[in-house]
Amino acid sequence: MKQTVDLQQIRVKRDTREPILEGLPLIFGDMDKNALEEAVRLKEKHSAKVTVLSVGTGKLKEGILEALAMGADEGCIVVDPTCDGSNPALTALTLAEAIHKIGAFDIVLVGEGSADNYSGQIGSRVAEILNLPLVTYVRELAVESDAVVAFRDTEAAIEKVKAKTPLVISVTSEINKPRRAPLTQILRASKKPLSVWTLKDLGISEDAAQSASTLVSVLSNVAPQQERKGIIFEGDPDESVEKLANALRKEGAIS
Amino acid sequence: MTQGILVSSETETGTFELLTKGRELSRNLNCDLSAIIFAKKDTDPSPYFKYGAQKVLTVASEGSLTSENYAQALFKVAQENGPDILLIRSSRLGKEVAGRVAQKLQAGCITDAINVTFRGSELVAERYALGGNTISSETVKSKKKVISIMPGAFETQQAPVEGKSEILDISFAPSRIELLERKSKTGESVNIEVAETLICIGKGLAAEQDLTIVRELCAALKGELGCTRALSSDYHWVAEERMVGISGKKCKPKLNISIGISGQIQHTVGILSSKIIVAINKDKEAPIFKIADYGIVGDLYQIVPKLTQRIKAASR
Repeated sequence: MKQTVDLQQIRVKRDTREPILEGLPLIFGDMDKNALEEAVRLKEKHSAKVTVLSVGTGKLKEGILEALAMGADEGCIVVDPTCDGSNPALTALTLAEAIHKIGAFDIVLVGEGSADNYSGQIGSRVAEILNLPLVTYVRELAVESDAVVAFRDTEAAIEKVKAKTPLVISVTSEINKPRRAPLTQILRASKKPLSVWTLKDLGISEDAAQSASTLVSVLSNVAPQQERKGIIFEGDPDESVEKLANALRKEGAIS
Repeated sequence: MTQGILVSSETETGTFELLTKGRELSRNLNCDLSAIIFAKKDTDPSPYFKYGAQKVLTVASEGSLTSENYAQALFKVAQENGPDILLIRSSRLGKEVAGRVAQKLQAGCITDAINVTFRGSELVAERYALGGNTISSETVKSKKKVISIMPGAFETQQAPVEGKSEILDISFAPSRIELLERKSKTGESVNIEVAETLICIGKGLAAEQDLTIVRELCAALKGELGCTRALSSDYHWVAEERMVGISGKKCKPKLNISIGISGQIQHTVGILSSKIIVAINKDKEAPIFKIADYGIVGDLYQIVPKLTQRIKAASR
């Protein structure tokens, strides 16, 4: 799961159009929660163990409690200043090494994309690194003894597929509605086992981290220039509609 | 020195679009432009020459293309002395493949690019970031570069060349994913991404049956209906094909009318490229008004039927 700033609360500097991110609360993305929710539902059906794995910076230690309260049995977090979530290649490498360290597993569940950058590379890269089957865009999932049956959503069709575990699955937002962590569980979450690792603990050398994180460089990241007219009509509905229709006709947008 | 550009898409029109952009890039970089297609062996490559492909590589394939094979084929062609720049159509399949082939090549990857330009001699891709709040300009630093490009990002134009063609025989490993069933999405097959007029509805609508008043406006304007994520994913009132936003469709109509939509960035990123944006919302402070050319502060249940009437009267 990936923690991002609360995207709803982002404001933009007027002069430079840069986003103001300082002081914003960190939350898990919606599709990350869909992945966790699905894992917890599978556990409730098949009595499995759910480990939540997240890579990020300092505040993850508090943030992970929400995921544990939602039903994960155990948490593993990789906290490192290099892991600011902007490098899919580094994140994937870190996740793969962490999965390796965790040991035996049946399914790696990830969201189709993160809430902030939605690059959708993590499932693909992790599956490649671990040489595992990859089933993407899953909107319905069932587990049989040593395989999964999944309905995946492509643009043109719904595909029913079957694949053997262990494997990597990415889920879409349609798969479930994540539960809110119940208050009683939030209190208990801090008592659940939590491993905190650094890149070094995972055997990722500084060189390896450096070369993964410099594959892509961000030159600028600013709010798009919006040149909109901003003509707003208020008051009497009939008048407003009339004014709008006249304006749109002048623009040639309606006849 | 760039070793060449390779474009790929699972659709013909997608390949034409990428070739059109690829031509511009290859001219700038002074390198070759080729296309890889997945089709029957005897497929005629000449349509691709029309769009500027100097070389067409046909991967003999029947049935539905898997991401494993797609990524494997791209890797085989691009590795070592193969083309350095891979432009892939960012369909769901293509986006999945982009990450896979980038990992195989140990390359940097930028997905969902909405534009590709140069800054000096550096190839720069733009994509939405921070949930659509910003546009990030990024450049791939590794020699091999994988960029997946949003469908419809570029115009398609012909520029015929005399190209070569080659058939690639790749022996793929048996798939680890078994396809049990494939159901085409039937019912409304609609592509709102190409609609000239798009009317979007959000949570301001109180009940499913009230969609009627919005549909009447669509009919009067000959426009398509779009919606926010809540109305399709959560309420299931509107088909998912009509969902607009970061995880839905990105549209660029001439006219967009946003009704009962607060204007959260996850939705508005899908309409920002509209020529004209009109907002109808009862909350004067709703963020949607900040990105609107025209707006009416008012109750959609009053405004929308009146607007429909007004447009019908004018067209009579």
